[in-house]
Amino acid sequence: MQTTNDHIVRSFTDDLNDLSAKIGKMGGQAEAILVDSTQALIKRDADLGLQAIEADRRVDALDAEVEAAVVRILALRQPMAIDLRVIISALKIAQALERIADHSKNNAKRALVINRAPPMELVKSIVRLSEVAQNMLHGILGAYANNDADTAIHIRDRDEDLDLLYEGYFRECLTYMMEDSRSITSCTHLLFIAKNIERIGDHCTNIAENVYYAVTGDRLGSARPKADPLSAEQ
Amino acid sequence: MADGERFNMEAAEAKVLVRDVNVFYGEKQALFDIDLDIGRNQVTSLIGPSGCGKSTFLRCMNRMNDVIDGCRVEGSIKVDGDEVLDAGIDPVQLRRRVGMVFQKPNPFPKSIYDNVAYGPRIHGLVSSQDDLDELVQTSLERAALWEEVKDRLHQPGTGLSGGQQQRLCIARAVAVRPDVILMDEPCSALDPIATARVEELIEELKKAYSIVIVTHSMQQAARVSQRTAFFHLGVLVEVGVTEQIFTAPRDERTQGYITGRFG
Amino acid sequence: MTDRGLQQHSGAEAVMHGSADKRANEEAARVRRRYRSEARFKAYGIAAIVVAISMLILLVGSIISTGWSAFYQYEIALDVTFEGSEIDANNPRTANYNGFIKSALRSQFPDVSGRKEKRKLYGLVSNGADLQAMQVVVDEPVKIGKTVRIWVLASDDIDSLLKGYIDRDLPEEDRRVKDTELEWIDQLKSDGRIRWSMNTVFWKSGDSREPELAGFWGAIVGSFFTLLVTLALSFPVGVLAAIYLEEFAPKNRWTDFVEVNINNLAAVPSIVFGLLGLAVFLNFFGLPRSAPLVGGIVLSLMTLPTIIIASRAALKAVPPSIREAALGVGASKHQVVTHHVLPLAMPGILTGTIIGMAQALGETAPLLMIGMVAFIVNVPGGITDPSTVMPVQIYLWADSPERAFVARTSAGIMALLGFLVLMNALAVILRKRFERRW
Repeated sequence: MQTTNDHIVRSFTDDLNDLSAKIGKMGGQAEAILVDSTQALIKRDADLGLQAIEADRRVDALDAEVEAAVVRILALRQPMAIDLRVIISALKIAQALERIADHSKNNAKRALVINRAPPMELVKSIVRLSEVAQNMLHGILGAYANNDADTAIHIRDRDEDLDLLYEGYFRECLTYMMEDSRSITSCTHLLFIAKNIERIGDHCTNIAENVYYAVTGDRLGSARPKADPLSAEQ
Repeated sequence: MADGERFNMEAAEAKVLVRDVNVFYGEKQALFDIDLDIGRNQVTSLIGPSGCGKSTFLRCMNRMNDVIDGCRVEGSIKVDGDEVLDAGIDPVQLRRRVGMVFQKPNPFPKSIYDNVAYGPRIHGLVSSQDDLDELVQTSLERAALWEEVKDRLHQPGTGLSGGQQQRLCIARAVAVRPDVILMDEPCSALDPIATARVEELIEELKKAYSIVIVTHSMQQAARVSQRTAFFHLGVLVEVGVTEQIFTAPRDERTQGYITGRFG
Repeated sequence: MTDRGLQQHSGAEAVMHGSADKRANEEAARVRRRYRSEARFKAYGIAAIVVAISMLILLVGSIISTGWSAFYQYEIALDVTFEGSEIDANNPRTANYNGFIKSALRSQFPDVSGRKEKRKLYGLVSNGADLQAMQVVVDEPVKIGKTVRIWVLASDDIDSLLKGYIDRDLPEEDRRVKDTELEWIDQLKSDGRIRWSMNTVFWKSGDSREPELAGFWGAIVGSFFTLLVTLALSFPVGVLAAIYLEEFAPKNRWTDFVEVNINNLAAVPSIVFGLLGLAVFLNFFGLPRSAPLVGGIVLSLMTLPTIIIASRAALKAVPPSIREAALGVGASKHQVVTHHVLPLAMPGILTGTIIGMAQALGETAPLLMIGMVAFIVNVPGGITDPSTVMPVQIYLWADSPERAFVARTSAGIMALLGFLVLMNALAVILRKRFERRW
């Protein structure tokens, strides 16, 4: 998130730009892990999977850096108004990105397991879910970089699509497992993968809300689209 | 800004109603059409860059500007419904109701006791020496100074530390039982510990008084006040709940000022 | 960040290194020049102070060296016979004491004859010797009809001779004291009939044509009455004017005009005030001439600007925060001034007033114009009695031809300086004692 005009204390602006650069870097890494873990599954590529697991460590490290930077700025600069919002959002966005990377890493681990079983048609459908999540993540990182509240709202709304896709995939998995009990292990892994991707969508929604708050100072209401029948039933 | 935002306070809650106040120093206009409500038993802080008119505005409320040659105040300021700017209102009586604490601690070069007792004496608030003793004690207690000075009431007030002097000045202001207390940067000459004591005191005082405080420290405004008004170039740019002003100000100028982008 | 900064710094140092020596030399030369010029400046200041102090020492030294002899006087012992037949015991003041003194002198030197010689003999003692003799009888009437040894003042010439101001080696015709007188004095000396004592006359009586009888007391009392009038008039008027101008007056062209004129008034030559006093108070109002009343009025006109200016400065020095504090608790303008500002300004105002009074004490010129320069023997008893003041008395004595008045003049100056130092010391004490911290 770039600040529009400079502070009188130039190093404060530098600090803020540093922070947003870190978030951007984290976002890029999280995105890459998400892509790699999906590819590891589809292409049955164990190296990509291991690469993704390795990359998650770097995201964790970046998260720790962001947290340290936020604490430092809060202590030294006593930020107000937009600065305060940007900094608090950065902390929360970093957390969300860390979770996203975590989920992706988990997916990569599951991909390694699934890849040992015979190939399944069901795997291909994951791509559609993953693509939506990738688009959301990419879009929200762009919105963050450009202080774009409108895009943020728009991306939050896309979570609904992802929830619907997840619901569809869930039914698909159930059908598979009923047809062939030997596929239960793989299907369960795939189900977790799909759930993880759905969670990634939720984290993107969180990021969108934080971007919106940072830019406008208003909280988006809880009128968040909820199309997940499971959560509705619980 | 819409009028509704400026008066976002129930009429019954407002202690002071300020409407269309313009202030001129000779030909130069210092304040432009100020509308502001001061809440009862609330702390309202006025912030803004130097020379933005916040002190001028503060001094309108107890007509301290009368002392300045060539200063003209127009508009309406009502304290509990009584018009302050009326020519018929005696500024001396008004200043009993609207007390003031200044930037630099300015105790009289007299004893601690006499500093506090001075106001009640000239206004004839007490009839006997015992009453006066009691009033001095309660005032000093209110100013959280009693414990520190009770053994040396008859030593000069100027011998106290800066923070104690400022609390003595607050006790002096409280002693005449005002309705409103105006504070003009009361902590700017104090160290952080003394500042914290005064801030704690303000927190306590707001239970009994309506307080308006001018401050250059935004952190201080954020800490002590319930409502904050931002002045810029003689204009009241934005007023609102303190939390909102410091987390999500509506106006670009407010934002720029409190985040340190101009000033 | 810091690493980069250090690198930049060391880089710049490397560039500078080439011309570093030259630069260091220039730097050192500049520092030396600065120290030299500072030392020079200090030396000028010290020299100026040395000159000023040595001038002061010279002045005071010369005054003291000429004046100290006026503080003692020589007396001659005479065996005076108070003839009971010639003194009325009920009214001892009417007797001819001069006669007793003369006969005492004659019996002391029985071989003196001839009118001229006798007059010289009588001239050994002061013209006031008969009054001293009378005082003895008035104090102790039992002495009537007895012969008593009393000490009477020597005449001014004899006094001067004894003090060593008249050179015995001069040829007789150039000497005020002739050979016969020298003989008598030497004889009296060898008889132990000459002694010196403190000069009480100087502190007790008024002016006189005879130096040995001339005192400063009349002038001191005159100065006291004059200053009393000056103080009574100029202090309240000056302080009130200062308070009004400083605290209440609006700042406009009219008050600016008043201010400028008060400042101008302070610069008006004092003789002009004297002329004003002569024209207005004496000729128009018909007030008594030579009186401390008129002198005081004229001097108060002169001191008024000093007091107003000093009082305004003292009022201005009271920090505005005190005024604000008082206004803030609801004191009226009048209460602010009387309860806070005036008490705090009082030491300054009093200091200014005392300095103004000291000025008035030393003033001569305006008083010459209103007749306070007259020869007045009586010590004044009130502000309408004719009198003179210390500086005018000094001026009068300085003008007198008698040798002994030279010492009196210096003694008078010393007394006047004493009073001035006393007043200034009082001002300093006031300032120190009541100086406030705020």
